[in-house]
Amino acid sequence: MADEQTVQYTAEHEWVLVDGDIATVGITSYAADKLGDVVFVDLPTVGSTVATGKVVGEIESTKSVGELFAPVDGEVTEINEAVVENPELVNTDPFGEGWLVKVRFTELPPLLTRDEYTVLVGE
Amino acid sequence: MADELLPTGGFAERHIGTDVEAQSVMLEALGYDSVDDLVGAAVPASIHVDGFRSAAETALPPAATEREALAELRMLARKNSVNRSMIGLGYYDTITPAVIKRNVLENPSWYTAYTPYQPEISQGRLEALINFQTMITDLTGLHTANASMLDEGTAVVEGMMLARRASKLDPRVFIVDADTLPQTRALLQNRADAVGIHLVELPLAETAPADLPEAFGIFVQYPSASGRVWNPASIIAAAKEKGALAVVAADLLALTLIASPGELGADVAVGSSQRFGVPMGFGGPHAGYMSVRAGLERQLPGRLVGVSQDAAGHPAYRLSLQVREQHIRRDKATSNICTAQVLLAVMASMYAVYHGPQGLRQIATRTTRLARVLARAATEAGHTIMSANYFDTLTLHTKTDAARLVERAHGAGYLFHLTDDDHVQLSVDETTTMDDIRAVARILGEDLADESVPVEIDEWIPAGLLRESDYLSHPVFNTHRSETAMMRYLKHLADYDYALDRGMIPLGSCTMKLNAATEMEAVSWPEFANIHPFAPEADVEGYLELIEQLQRWLADVTGYDSVSLQPNAGSQGELAGLLAIRGYHLSRGDTQRNVCLIPSSAHGTNAASAVLAGMRVVVVATSELGNVDLDDLRAKIELHADELAALMITYPSTHGVYEHEVGAICKAVHDAGGQVYVDGANLNALLGFARFGDFGGDVSHLNLHKTFCIPHGGGGPGVGPVAAKSHLAAFLPGHPLAQREFRPVEASSFAELVEASDPVTTPTHRNIVSAAPYGSPSILPISWAYVRMMGADGLKQATGAAVLAANYVAVRLREHYPVLYSGDNGLVAHECILDLRPLTESTGVTVDDVAKRLIDYGFHAPTMSFPVAGTLMVEPTESEDLAEIDRFIEAMIAIRAEADAVKAGTWTLDDNPLHNAPHTAQSVIEGEWTHSYSREQAVYPVRSLIRSKYWPPVRRIDNAFGDRNLVCACPPPEAFE
Repeated sequence: MADEQTVQYTAEHEWVLVDGDIATVGITSYAADKLGDVVFVDLPTVGSTVATGKVVGEIESTKSVGELFAPVDGEVTEINEAVVENPELVNTDPFGEGWLVKVRFTELPPLLTRDEYTVLVGE
Repeated sequence: MADELLPTGGFAERHIGTDVEAQSVMLEALGYDSVDDLVGAAVPASIHVDGFRSAAETALPPAATEREALAELRMLARKNSVNRSMIGLGYYDTITPAVIKRNVLENPSWYTAYTPYQPEISQGRLEALINFQTMITDLTGLHTANASMLDEGTAVVEGMMLARRASKLDPRVFIVDADTLPQTRALLQNRADAVGIHLVELPLAETAPADLPEAFGIFVQYPSASGRVWNPASIIAAAKEKGALAVVAADLLALTLIASPGELGADVAVGSSQRFGVPMGFGGPHAGYMSVRAGLERQLPGRLVGVSQDAAGHPAYRLSLQVREQHIRRDKATSNICTAQVLLAVMASMYAVYHGPQGLRQIATRTTRLARVLARAATEAGHTIMSANYFDTLTLHTKTDAARLVERAHGAGYLFHLTDDDHVQLSVDETTTMDDIRAVARILGEDLADESVPVEIDEWIPAGLLRESDYLSHPVFNTHRSETAMMRYLKHLADYDYALDRGMIPLGSCTMKLNAATEMEAVSWPEFANIHPFAPEADVEGYLELIEQLQRWLADVTGYDSVSLQPNAGSQGELAGLLAIRGYHLSRGDTQRNVCLIPSSAHGTNAASAVLAGMRVVVVATSELGNVDLDDLRAKIELHADELAALMITYPSTHGVYEHEVGAICKAVHDAGGQVYVDGANLNALLGFARFGDFGGDVSHLNLHKTFCIPHGGGGPGVGPVAAKSHLAAFLPGHPLAQREFRPVEASSFAELVEASDPVTTPTHRNIVSAAPYGSPSILPISWAYVRMMGADGLKQATGAAVLAANYVAVRLREHYPVLYSGDNGLVAHECILDLRPLTESTGVTVDDVAKRLIDYGFHAPTMSFPVAGTLMVEPTESEDLAEIDRFIEAMIAIRAEADAVKAGTWTLDDNPLHNAPHTAQSVIEGEWTHSYSREQAVYPVRSLIRSKYWPPVRRIDNAFGDRNLVCACPPPEAFE
């Protein structure tokens, strides 16, 4: 489970947990609430190369669709198969069981702190 | 003649729900003296001249009475000749079972319903649609079918686009079998051209698999356009091996005898369900279909009905995977299609319910036997049958001049299809009799000598193509054999649904006005219903006259020069309009003009259509007041000046407001060399007071199913004519098989314009957007009758009454729910947006709760969360009377009081009549009542409901469950126990 206070954030409402050269990525509870009941997630294939800011997947709810952006340059090392099977995990546990992808990166771009993200969403 | 002797009782006063007395009450609430004053204050002076045009300037004849209009329609009908069609080419005569005609096609419970966005009050037609989807998946041997397509030709185009999305290969090459229906080929060519797809046409039956080029998809017509039945399995396999997706257009009746597309390896099957009991109607409307193999569900365009469950855990139907669609995904949507052909899909599905698998197989078997008797006669008469294997269609190499043979047949009352100088094509159908075969044999040169059945079915079907798999085994297709059972099944389903025959449907942006009985009369007359779309011109004089008149009238009321009735929906009208703009720019050598500006408040379809017209969408910001942000517009124009193709703007806006600056907006676009597309979805607020063409529009589509009374049919048919100024007229939809091209006065410039344009845009298929030349002509008499009976004055009165009703609702509800947007003098147009977000904020009651609670009060909810999330958009239309409007207002006020009680703590947030709405009868009868409000409060919140209660059959439906567990076919009967 990622600690909401210590993980980093993007302006695209994603959280990034850095462990060595691996970034675990999910969407924030704010984003999950805005989307509503998530019914489908489309994630990149393991081994694919991703680039910062590029769309790598989609998160579909009953009423909306959100795009998943890569927060870092790198290679996808793992995707959360459990969330593909049970997309509602994105709603019930966005910072834990609802994580989406892991990416091996070489360089970390500037990300937002908890405080900066809180200001961004106005909460 | 003295005025006293004129017929009494005009139609306008029947169509408009509020009389003078009611209107004066409403005007008093608003503080205006007359309807003209009110509209005058609401519509910006810049777009309407006082008094608009004088009566003498209109092209519309003075209003006819209902009886007079019908008499005129009879005269027009008489100018059509109903000959026996053997033309085929995707359109076949069929017998509409009378029980279906009377109880579906002619029954307002079915034809006046809206798209089932509120599934709790739409379970009847949702069940009919899931029957349709089950029928299609069974017959095509694929996994999931949608709730219908606009027609076969456009379904093939959608299949091509789907293949391009799903394939990982180069998205530029698509292979098309040479033996494909001519209208489909023209459509493919036009649509492929706009999005940069190159078509490779090959005679696939003779092509070696190794010779297939690399392509993202391959298309096969099965059986072929010429009637030939051949096994495409190996060519499909070869194409798929190279990474292509296979799209197969299949004839549903043939599929009862021959192997399904799924069994042959198809990824996508498309086609038409017309011959399942839906009259040809000179081209439409009919339900096309599309089904896909497992794994492609999310790529499907259009509506998809799925099974979910309600709050009590009972199975319930709803529209699934809606986020695929344009209203969510905009320019990234799977398609620009919003609507389906629900009424026609219901009819076709009921045809299968009534006949069942054995009945359909018998119809198909008899049809192919008759074709064989005819083939033997043709051979004996000295003609050559071009293919040994066929289902219902013969291509003959004629012994004599083919054209003369076709002429002789016409003289004898039969229509053949002339392929070329030496070939004719003849199709046999369900209605063909042995008398017909004898007559046709004589036309071909010999009396019919042998009337025996030549060979049995399995003897002619090529190896591997005999259908062995089951279909339509679900009980619904095996139960309703007697007419009594069928009548009751249709009544049972209709009773589940809330349509205009029960009460008001105040759906904003949908214009759910009256579909008058007189307007509907002519639709099923044989002279309109039983005409083939490619019948000779001499047979359709009445139709062409009606079409020409309607085009002239529509051009007149919108201020344009030319109208095409071809587009089968508003979305298709948009596409046609944008393709016209594209053609215009190309003709002037402005190949770089491909940017389409679209305000962020626009309907998602605009963006989806622009992409399909090969344009790039650039979004223009919307101001806080809901209007186009002029500064941002100017900035975007400057940024894209050389590339600017068009601006799409809806007027009045999607926010239901007469935008003050529309004149300035149009001018800014024109100054930069762009064209202005005015989306006519909200024309009901303008007709008679202002014209698109007068304030800057170059091209528009109109929704005849909104402003001009064509019923919504539960989610289709639609008709979306495209209207344009003369400089765009040459680029409006054409058709290779059109009986007549209608051109405006400026037609002289047409040849020059075409010559100058892209060589692919030849006159024969130029910008074709529908399979039939005039779209869906059999429902055009509805709009024709409406205009004929209203006259210019009546249309203007209707607009006034619609604007009055919307403003009356706004002013009465304003203190209970804020009205989000308004224009000049604080007025709205023909609809108003009630902002529920403050209510949600303060009480926790959501827009869903209010919408579902309205069901308990006996109403269809207004449009939910469009164009702004968390709001309700109300459009009462001119047809509702004051009593019904007041009943709605009082229900909304009562619901507000219920929400306040939640806030006050009288009820908890998760147990109150709003949260638990809608309430079924079962929910208040069964078991112990444990809620904090009474049963009476639940189902009879107002006394008048006691005697006239609409009972929803299911409780609130769980949307997420249905999307997470996708099931799109009939559940087994046990599921409902």
